Amino acid sequence: MRLERRAHRPLFLVLVSPLIAVAAALAIAGILIAMAGAPVLEAYWRIVTGAFGTRLAATETFTRATPLILTGLAAAVAFRARVWNIGAEGQFYVGAITVAALGSSTLAALPGPLLIPTLFAAGALAGMLLMLLPLWLRLRFSVDEVVTSLLLNFVAVLFVSLLVEGVLKDPLAFGWPQSLPVSERALLPKLIMRSRLHIGLAVAVAAAIIVHLLQSRTVFGLRTRAAGLSPAGAAFAGVPLGLTLVKVACLSGGLAGLAGAIEVMGVKGYVTTDLSPGYGYSGIIVAMLANLHPVGVIAAAVFTAAMFVGADGMSRALGIPTYIADVIVSLSLLTMLVALFFTQYRIRR
Amino acid sequence: MTTVLALSGISKRFGDIIANENISIALRKGEILALLGENGAGKTTLMSILFGHYTADSGTVRVDDVELPSGKPRAAIRAGVGMVHQHFSLAPNLTVLNNVMTGTEKLWSFKSDTAAARTKLLGISQRFGLSVNPDARLGDLSVGEQQRVEILRALYNDARILILDEPTAVLTNIEAERLFSTLKEMAKQGLSLIFISHKLDEVMAAADRIVVLRGGKVAAERRVGETSKAELAELMVGHRVTRPIRDAATPGAVALEATGVTVRRGGVDRLKDISFRLCEGEILGIIGVSGNGQAVLSHLVSGLAEPSIGNIRLFGEPLANLGVRALIESGIGRIPEDRNNEGAIGEMAIWENTVLERIWTPAFSKYGLVNRKAGIAFAQRIIGEFDVRGGRPTSRTRLLSGGNMQKLILGRNLHVRPRILIAAQPTRGLDEGAVAAIHARILEARKQGTAVLLISEDLDEVIGLADRIQAIVKGRLSPPVAAETADPRMLGLMMAGEWLQSEEAGHAS
Repeated sequence: MRLERRAHRPLFLVLVSPLIAVAAALAIAGILIAMAGAPVLEAYWRIVTGAFGTRLAATETFTRATPLILTGLAAAVAFRARVWNIGAEGQFYVGAITVAALGSSTLAALPGPLLIPTLFAAGALAGMLLMLLPLWLRLRFSVDEVVTSLLLNFVAVLFVSLLVEGVLKDPLAFGWPQSLPVSERALLPKLIMRSRLHIGLAVAVAAAIIVHLLQSRTVFGLRTRAAGLSPAGAAFAGVPLGLTLVKVACLSGGLAGLAGAIEVMGVKGYVTTDLSPGYGYSGIIVAMLANLHPVGVIAAAVFTAAMFVGADGMSRALGIPTYIADVIVSLSLLTMLVALFFTQYRIRR
Repeated sequence: MTTVLALSGISKRFGDIIANENISIALRKGEILALLGENGAGKTTLMSILFGHYTADSGTVRVDDVELPSGKPRAAIRAGVGMVHQHFSLAPNLTVLNNVMTGTEKLWSFKSDTAAARTKLLGISQRFGLSVNPDARLGDLSVGEQQRVEILRALYNDARILILDEPTAVLTNIEAERLFSTLKEMAKQGLSLIFISHKLDEVMAAADRIVVLRGGKVAAERRVGETSKAELAELMVGHRVTRPIRDAATPGAVALEATGVTVRRGGVDRLKDISFRLCEGEILGIIGVSGNGQAVLSHLVSGLAEPSIGNIRLFGEPLANLGVRALIESGIGRIPEDRNNEGAIGEMAIWENTVLERIWTPAFSKYGLVNRKAGIAFAQRIIGEFDVRGGRPTSRTRLLSGGNMQKLILGRNLHVRPRILIAAQPTRGLDEGAVAAIHARILEARKQGTAVLLISEDLDEVIGLADRIQAIVKGRLSPPVAAETADPRMLGLMMAGEWLQSEEAGHAS
């Protein structure tokens, strides 16, 4: 028995593989649920109803999916070019804290239609700058950006912690470490009334479509793909490698920074050090589940968010720890990797 | 003297290519045997069969009259055959002692007997005069010292027959001389050695007996005292096929000219003070054994390397910024040496690979948007015109065979008739049909006035195509000779760097 590389990747398999991967992950997680003494099918049904069963549940799921779409895109665009940005979590936080700092300052006197885009841009810019540092180290000294971008997450979170305990601390928060709130006019309009769902979702979906068009239609997209697939081949064809990677890093860091900005302006209005339940890291899983396809990222983000939101409901009803959601999402990453492998190879006897 | 190693009737084919054909060689005790031949003559294949890396299609390997099972390097080691690879198989992060011990101990044993190993290693190094510090980290050693470690490792495994694959390729002259005195000492002590080489000087200096391989067969066998460098050069290169009939052409204006160019990378001169002049409607062939600077030369004229010293003129204009784009815009077509790595990106579509290097032209993109339709149409035209088989414009490039991929690369360059064509190893590894097609295209380009720089290790190819020939040896270029006046003996001596020595002697006097 040996593995043989497929000449073509059948489109059917590419589309179906995430579904098979998720099904396999659910099957494996089902063993754990059964071991915890709960009926497996009911548990899954509770997750589905917990995520989509009511208007509140559904809007909550999509609210959660919004930052995941953006961090998922951040990982997807970077990975496509073989830039291993593991630092979306840190970029998310610097984007968030930048918005909190500017949105609570005199800048907030800007007229509404100008204020929100300005804050978006500022958050994205902060994320960009944070990603440029690891990339510069890679280009200049060949330092592995997996390590540097990962470690910068802790630097960024501690920096945010410093600010929310210090100069940006909200004096009216009864001593809680949280930042000054952004001006009310900087808050994002709701997408659906009497819910937490805000227009950030539309922004995230638009970003996914724009990234898709960028990758599939532009010279930048073509060059990025070439640089990622074969640096030597791209260099021979005259693709400016360094510049291309800088652009990719900016796009990736910017998307993660934007995720932080939108989370502040759309949901909370201020920054705490637990603003993100690991959106940056989950973004990597989302990107992998989507096979790095920007439009697929939307679906993968909704799936991941649904697991997290739905698991809360299941936990309340059946007494299974909510951590099962983490297990399911992590398992689906592993099964997805296996599934991806089999879209490229087949087994021959 | 007793025969310690006998190869008899070894044949090996790779697809259509015959690498070894019915080769028989005997090695005697205490003898140094040189295996001489051009690239592709089958030297390395033969030694890989002997050592068990490859399995021969037919023939046997006998050590001390016992047949070795084929395809088992471990059996060869146990029988006392040691191999010193051209590219060392050592771990740079380990110490010399650890490197030598690697593979000699059981995987599952918990302790390793370092003390005994150290004693044995020092004993061997003293016996053969191969001094080395067992505790030095391998990565800190010079290339010559690393090779010494590689030899020591073979001896540590109790090798009595040592095979060295182009041992001097990475060494300086002084290091090479030291190596040969070591080899002679080893032979005196009863070891038997085979070394692979294409350098006439060292073969004459170090070997007792010389076997010349050509085209996968034994071309001749000589004792050192009974032959000369000139005879060996001719035996190695052989009598070439007659040139294809070509129209005589009068070369036009100078298209590309390099004067005194040196390219330094990592403190080493990869190209040293090279000069050449290439005219329109002319093919300049650069011959040479691989690894003598061909890659850097083709990078230099492809816009991927810059001269550290000296300058390059394009149609008389000094070329300051040698970027890829600048070169393509000034009409240079480029066929890279490594088509799989540089020439095409396997996972991308054929049309993407066709347009990638000129994606900035208005025909293929506007306002940063790729004109997919134009790209596909362009690829379709090249597929038709250059007879590229095995793929549509939208299928992945890696599905193409080597020959078809090369036709695609040639096509994307010749379609927009370049003023200069850089062809590096254009037919390496291709079958006869593809070779003929590509040669025809190159000759056609020449006829239309394109200046062609042909860098090739295939002597037949250069003799068949080029108007003038220069040899590249250790990063330096020989003076050009007209193809009409070149005979195999002369070219063989050129590739062996004969002119370098006379040049050096000239400088000295």
